[in-house]
Amino acid sequence: MTLSVAPIVADGSDPVPAQAGIGLKAQHYLEIIETRPPLGWFEAHPENYMGAGGPPHQYLTAIRELYPLSLHGVGMALGGDEALDKNHLNRFRALVERYEPGLVSEHLAWCRRGGVYYNDLLPAPYTEAVLDTLTGHIDQMQSALGRTILVENPSTYVTFDDSYIPETEFLAEAAKRTGCGLLLDVNNVYVSGVNQGFDPYAYIDAFPVEAVGEIHLAGHLEEIRIPGGRLLIDDHGSDIIEDVWALYAHALARTGPVPTLIERDNNIPALGELLAEAARADEIMLGSKQQMRAS
Amino acid sequence: MSKNTAPLAAFADALLKPGGPVPAGIIAACEPPLASRFDVYRNNVFASLIDALKDSFPVVERLLGASYFRALAREFIIAYPPASPVLLEYGAGFAAFLENFKPLEDMPWLADTARLERAWLSAYHAADENPLGTQDFAAIAPAQIPHIRLTLHPSARLLRSFWPIATIWRANQDGATQGEIDLDAGGEDVLIVRPQSEVVLHTLPEGSHPFINALINGADLTSAHKAASAQNDAFDLSLNLAHLIAGGAFVTISHPSRKRSEQ
Repeated sequence: MTLSVAPIVADGSDPVPAQAGIGLKAQHYLEIIETRPPLGWFEAHPENYMGAGGPPHQYLTAIRELYPLSLHGVGMALGGDEALDKNHLNRFRALVERYEPGLVSEHLAWCRRGGVYYNDLLPAPYTEAVLDTLTGHIDQMQSALGRTILVENPSTYVTFDDSYIPETEFLAEAAKRTGCGLLLDVNNVYVSGVNQGFDPYAYIDAFPVEAVGEIHLAGHLEEIRIPGGRLLIDDHGSDIIEDVWALYAHALARTGPVPTLIERDNNIPALGELLAEAARADEIMLGSKQQMRAS
Repeated sequence: MSKNTAPLAAFADALLKPGGPVPAGIIAACEPPLASRFDVYRNNVFASLIDALKDSFPVVERLLGASYFRALAREFIIAYPPASPVLLEYGAGFAAFLENFKPLEDMPWLADTARLERAWLSAYHAADENPLGTQDFAAIAPAQIPHIRLTLHPSARLLRSFWPIATIWRANQDGATQGEIDLDAGGEDVLIVRPQSEVVLHTLPEGSHPFINALINGADLTSAHKAASAQNDAFDLSLNLAHLIAGGAFVTISHPSRKRSEQ
């Protein structure tokens, strides 16, 4: 099937369509502008565009004129136990005002503590106390940006002793209390499922699908395979595996068509390879729509 | 203090300690063991920050070799971890760290090379502004010229080194043809400017560094010229100005009538 570029509204933020999008990488800037591939939207990490000016802004401006945009933050530490970084919040707001993204998202994770930024999405215990802090942070970010955000389920490698609320319930409650949407990362569900020994299909079935505003798909790395256990690492460094595509189809059957990102941050391949994965996601989405109509 | 403070504090403290114990408060539901699991976080932190430093200091990495650079970057990250999620700003102290790193004493040019790369990156991300062209200068009344003050482009970065850092930098770009570098050939003064989208390195002639430095500090053209002549009595003002204007180095001219105060 072929998809045309979604029509662009002249003023304000174009909604990100229920189609596949691709994570924007500097390696692909020129090719995107020159070839204008048929694609629903692009997603960018705001932290890479927090310089005052220069080529990153010049390219993002050009691409934003061609496609709807999603901003996907990695540095806000919504799941942390310290106050949000006001300076970072201000810079984030400036980007939202400048680029008018259709979607803005962050993570159920933390990455900064005691003045150190760790540049990784670190896990939080799921307790009432943490839920209170998290919802406070989401409220603060949403009011600073003047819009709702989506919060993503993390890939995890450990859990906490005093964690007692299931992740799906924890996210559902955060969405209910703050009005935020959720970003369902299907690869993260798969990775955490293997790492923590739970059934990813059961997780998807328990996920509050009514809040899902976006899905992420990515590849991961099999780090350890020993008798009795495997450890997967969410490195966004390879193709999406078949098990994750199958889980995606299962998720779509519950959510219906939803903006779906092909997320690649390491071993960046040619743009064509990512476009092929995006086309596959679009096909699965179309199939799920037809199935929903038929049923 | 909220209930979750203790486990996150222990978690954070253990991240930058390779080979250290697993923090209290975390568990694993199944195999593999907890230590391998916590190491995923440690590795993510180090690998991603090492990559960020590699992206910012490609010439230093090339000069040291990939494995040495990785080991050195780890030391730097442990000593000076980033404070902000904006990693394009990380590494401001890397040059000073190299300067004080004993095992690299025999590569004294390395720190200034890192300073040059840092300046290049900050020029790349600096604010955009349209530079002045020759026509803007042609409009000035000749009598006023000695008294004008010039503002440099927001991307302009001025460096001075005892080592030929621009030559080293150019020789370590992809496709460079330069062979051996004579490290005893003397130091280089460098101006970096990004007038539009491309960052350009200018190796400066003698006297140009004090000239630009005086302009940055708000001196008028006459005083800046004096500063330049003090270093090089053959300093050619109009030739230097022409080069700098052609390089897009200036964004505003202030005339004496608009001067806020006398120096």
